[in-house]
Amino acid sequence: MRLALLSALNAARSDRRAAVLVTDLDGGAARLVTAETLAGDPLEEAIRTALRTGRSGIVEGTRAFLTVQVPPARMVVIGAVHISQALVPMARMIGYDPVIVDPRTAFATPERFPGVTVLAQWPDEALPGLKVDRYTAFIALTHDPKIDDPALMHAFEKDCFYIGALGSRKTHARRVERLGANGASPEALARIKAPVGLAIGAITPAEIAVSILAEVTQAWRQGIA
Amino acid sequence: MLSTDDDILGQAEAWAKAGKGVAVATVVETWGSAPRPIGSHLVIDEDGSFLGSVSGGCVEGEVVTEALDVIGTGKAKLLEFGVADETAWRAGLSCGGRIAVYVEKVG
Repeated sequence: MRLALLSALNAARSDRRAAVLVTDLDGGAARLVTAETLAGDPLEEAIRTALRTGRSGIVEGTRAFLTVQVPPARMVVIGAVHISQALVPMARMIGYDPVIVDPRTAFATPERFPGVTVLAQWPDEALPGLKVDRYTAFIALTHDPKIDDPALMHAFEKDCFYIGALGSRKTHARRVERLGANGASPEALARIKAPVGLAIGAITPAEIAVSILAEVTQAWRQGIA
Repeated sequence: MLSTDDDILGQAEAWAKAGKGVAVATVVETWGSAPRPIGSHLVIDEDGSFLGSVSGGCVEGEVVTEALDVIGTGKAKLLEFGVADETAWRAGLSCGGRIAVYVEKVG
């Protein structure tokens, strides 16, 4: 492998860009394929599938090995609430790097979230700097339209792989109306997981955190495209 | 701390940029229950320093030896290992898997 190719692969990873290194196991030249160079590649279909599943492997019937590199998943939690206190440590165990955003300074305190990045800012101020992207799980838990609504609009724009929002069906129906009036497309609105989390009968904040993380994991492992 | 791909391939780049001979070993195929998934990396420099893993520790020694040869000749190698050999039993691993590891020089 040429050093320049290794450098390019490493640069893609640190910039959170998906990339596939195509290696010829018979010793031929290797190449790096990214979203920009995918169209027209001789292995376009196989690489597209590999990017979707995140799985490295030999392309069937060839001697080409694909090293697939997709960015590690991140998590943005809107709301420094009770559920977040359970959710954040659990998310860390799974491998996410969670960030909490909540403008309400009574909630967003270091005492409630020791060792966690908590931004006591409005979503409009905090989110642009967080580089939210496709490989981000986005969870709105404040239950307050002033905070959750603009945050969700940002999540739509960045096409996060998981977008969840706390609230009953009724609350969610009102939310869909508001966001729709605000310009959100029906496709975007349909992507919101609400009520948030898998239906496992969760009651306590920690149980709700489990149900949310189960749904996030499902989206990451089975749904990301 | 666990080594991530960040550390592993970043280390390979750093070694190469420091002028060292470097090889990257990658798990390209597995059969049965292999300890490390396809795509796992072990990187090796010319002094035998290494980072990452291609198995649960059973075959790293041999991969490093082969990698030093690859660094010397510049010619890539495809290695195959049965993990459940006598050494594996001694190490307490009896997963019964087999793995193929591609070792290539950087540069």
